[in-house]
Amino acid sequence: MEILMAFVIGILFMTATYLMLSKSLLRIIVGTGLLSHGAHLLILTMGGLKRGAAPILGGNAENYTDPLPQALILTAIVISFGVTAFFLVLAYRTYQELGTDNVEEMRGTEKDD
Amino acid sequence: MSSLHLAILAPLVLSIFIPLFYRIFRHIHAGWFVLPIPIVLFVYFLTFLPETMRGRSLIEMINWIPSLGIKFTAKVDGLGLLFALLITGIGALVVLYSIYYLAKNKEKLNHFYVYLLLFMGAMLGVVLSDNLIVMYGFWELTSFSSFLLIGYWYERDKSRYGAQKSMLITVFGGLAMLGGIILLYIMTGTFSVTELISQANAIFNNALFDPALVCILLGAFTKSAQFPFYIWLPDAMEAPTPVSAYLHSATMVKAGIYLVARFTPVFGEHFLWFLLVTSVGILTLVWGSIFAVKQTDLKAILAFSTVSQLGLIMSLLGAGAAALHYEFLDENIYTVAVTAAIFHLVNHATFKGSLFMAAGIIDHETGTRDIRKLGGLMHFMPITFTTSIIGAFSMAGLPPFNGFLSKEMFFTAMVHVTEMDLFNLNTWGILFPVLAWIASIFTFVYSMILVFKTFTGKYQPDKLDKKPHEAPMGLLISPVILVSLVIIFGFFPNLLSDSLISPAMASILPSLLEAGEEFMVHISFWHGPNIELFMTLGVIILGIILFKTHAKWKKIYKAVPEKLALNRFYDFLIEGMQSVPYKVTNTYMNGSIRSYLVYIFTFFIVILAATLIGKNAFTFDTSNVSSIGVYEVALAILVVLASICILFAKSRMTSIILLGAVGYTVSLFYVLFRAPDLALTQLVIETISVALFLVCFYHLPKLRRFETRMRFRFTNALISVGVGVMVTLIALSAHSNKLFDSISQYYVENTYTEAAGKNMVNVILVDFRGFDTLFEITVLAIASLGIYSMIKLRLNRRKEE
Repeated sequence: MEILMAFVIGILFMTATYLMLSKSLLRIIVGTGLLSHGAHLLILTMGGLKRGAAPILGGNAENYTDPLPQALILTAIVISFGVTAFFLVLAYRTYQELGTDNVEEMRGTEKDD
Repeated sequence: MSSLHLAILAPLVLSIFIPLFYRIFRHIHAGWFVLPIPIVLFVYFLTFLPETMRGRSLIEMINWIPSLGIKFTAKVDGLGLLFALLITGIGALVVLYSIYYLAKNKEKLNHFYVYLLLFMGAMLGVVLSDNLIVMYGFWELTSFSSFLLIGYWYERDKSRYGAQKSMLITVFGGLAMLGGIILLYIMTGTFSVTELISQANAIFNNALFDPALVCILLGAFTKSAQFPFYIWLPDAMEAPTPVSAYLHSATMVKAGIYLVARFTPVFGEHFLWFLLVTSVGILTLVWGSIFAVKQTDLKAILAFSTVSQLGLIMSLLGAGAAALHYEFLDENIYTVAVTAAIFHLVNHATFKGSLFMAAGIIDHETGTRDIRKLGGLMHFMPITFTTSIIGAFSMAGLPPFNGFLSKEMFFTAMVHVTEMDLFNLNTWGILFPVLAWIASIFTFVYSMILVFKTFTGKYQPDKLDKKPHEAPMGLLISPVILVSLVIIFGFFPNLLSDSLISPAMASILPSLLEAGEEFMVHISFWHGPNIELFMTLGVIILGIILFKTHAKWKKIYKAVPEKLALNRFYDFLIEGMQSVPYKVTNTYMNGSIRSYLVYIFTFFIVILAATLIGKNAFTFDTSNVSSIGVYEVALAILVVLASICILFAKSRMTSIILLGAVGYTVSLFYVLFRAPDLALTQLVIETISVALFLVCFYHLPKLRRFETRMRFRFTNALISVGVGVMVTLIALSAHSNKLFDSISQYYVENTYTEAAGKNMVNVILVDFRGFDTLFEITVLAIASLGIYSMIKLRLNRRKEE
């Protein structure tokens, strides 16, 4: 299972990277979304999959799956949501102000100011 | 904390109160509050005189960073006390002078006196610290306060340029010196100068000895404006004249001299030391004196003259270091060079200080410092004229002033160099007296120009902004005191010889003294008709001829390029340091986010591939894998298909829905992988995210109804495949490589007993790793603030208003 997941994660990262390198703001945001899914699964896979019962005491299970990656991922999910929401509003406002979603048209350095 | 430490830190601490007094007592010139500080300190340091005259020194120590061997050790010995008296004595006179020089209502006096006190404290720290790291700190503080004082009139371009130049050059030297200090520490294991001197013989043949020597000298040469680093000093003349008189002639530029004197017992016997210090000194002496003759601005003449005189003192110290080769005191004729160096140091402070103050008075009362516009001021400013002529004659080396005595001793020392049987000096050593003599002729000429072009000749009222008149008494007090000292030291030089010169020599050449011995210094006017007397006569005769025919020589002086090659090199360097990195940075920082992402991803791929290959880190082990179920294969296929379909999606809507599909599938994965909390969270978040996406893009203006499909780009594809492959390899290695046991058992055992919870993930989040959660909330708060302000911020509309 871990081997299969390694390839699934690889493909998620690949598509995410390709999207992030595109010109459209929306695709970049979708790319970051895919990237965070890939990262979460990667953390989970690293800890080993299906090694016991869900990490809740009281079921008299012999083994539990590792709770630490899950805690880390839970934090990461919430943060990636915050970042995605920020990105979305940023893209929305950029559309409104600049009238474009093409990042190549937004380029500029301090020199241009 | 001893009284000595308090004395060193007093100017720094008291400087805090100056702006306060300035605000409260508007009608009183802030200088009056400052004046008592140097006077009290001067008197305080005078009380050490009996001790140092008996050859003793006082050491007070505070532990600062004991683990690194850094202690704030204050040490008063002959050399340190000489400088401390100079700093506080001249400091008092300069503060007094500045009270009349800087107008109460026009100038930012609160700034000025803070900088000045900062400098005074820093300089005292330099000359009284035994610990080299502490000394270095004070050393940089002097550069820093000098920067602030040169840039005091910061609205002028030239001030800023001069301030930056002096800062860059002296800090460069300071850093080199720090390198030298660290090299010395590596060799000896101590930062204390006293201990260094006692270990000097042991490190003499160390491979690091030469580099340390050169580094220390770089610090000294940049600070004391030696060739080729002197270029900052003429530009530093943009500072107010009291500052030029104080920092850039009497004290700060002598810090390099102090450093050379302080390290003579450590390095002095080395040939390289003798060679560098003496020849750089003598070269600076000649170079500075020739350039001084060319100048037309009074302060520029004085600046180059200072450069030249500093070279003179430097060369004397170099020649004096040769005395260390002879392990006896009686009839050691080379010690006269050190005597001359210290004597001239004091003399230079007196006559150059008075000349700077006179130049300031002329500037103040006539509105110009250009000698082409000045002339015939003798009748308008008789007192200024008198002080100037005495100062200038002393500088030229004319009797009966103190400059004559030290100049004679300088000649003696230089003639002795030819007699040394070291380093083949009896062959090429003849260069030293010859160069010294040539430089003295030019010194004579510019001293004459300084006085006679200003005060005699034709009075040109039409070229002056103001009608000249004698300066007010307050401005004249300080130069008059200094000039009286010029005369007193001229007639009674032995006032200094036992009190200051002999103890300072004991600090510079300690190895020549047996216990209880001291240097017998006796300075006298008349030595009989010896070679030095004839050299002086030659200087006077040739000098007068050159001065009288000055107009005819102007073309030859101008043959030396007007814009100095060295200055041009400096400007080129500064310009290059800004423009080249700017161009280089612009080649890759092109403002396109895609390029930046490409850099990041490429770096990611390369560094991970290199680590995996170079460290042989990739392992693949299938022995410990869990089983694969049908559901899981189905979900995996779903995720892969959905994510690949996004690449080919045409419309926004499709890609958003596909992203949602990936998210929901991932949450199903969490269910299968026994992570119920994750599954729940993911479901909720995914729902909100998709809704947000749709809301955002529903409201968006429809720029293009039909979006084009992404065009295929080979580089992008290559990078993304690379990233995918690297992540897969890492995932495989991470699975196959278990270097440590999992710490999950800790949570299994402790979740209930420590935190009384049963859901381990929850307990970790709120209890064991509570700070993580706290910061997570902080991130969310920041994101929401950002979102809120973005929605509120209307740039275009504000412009329209």
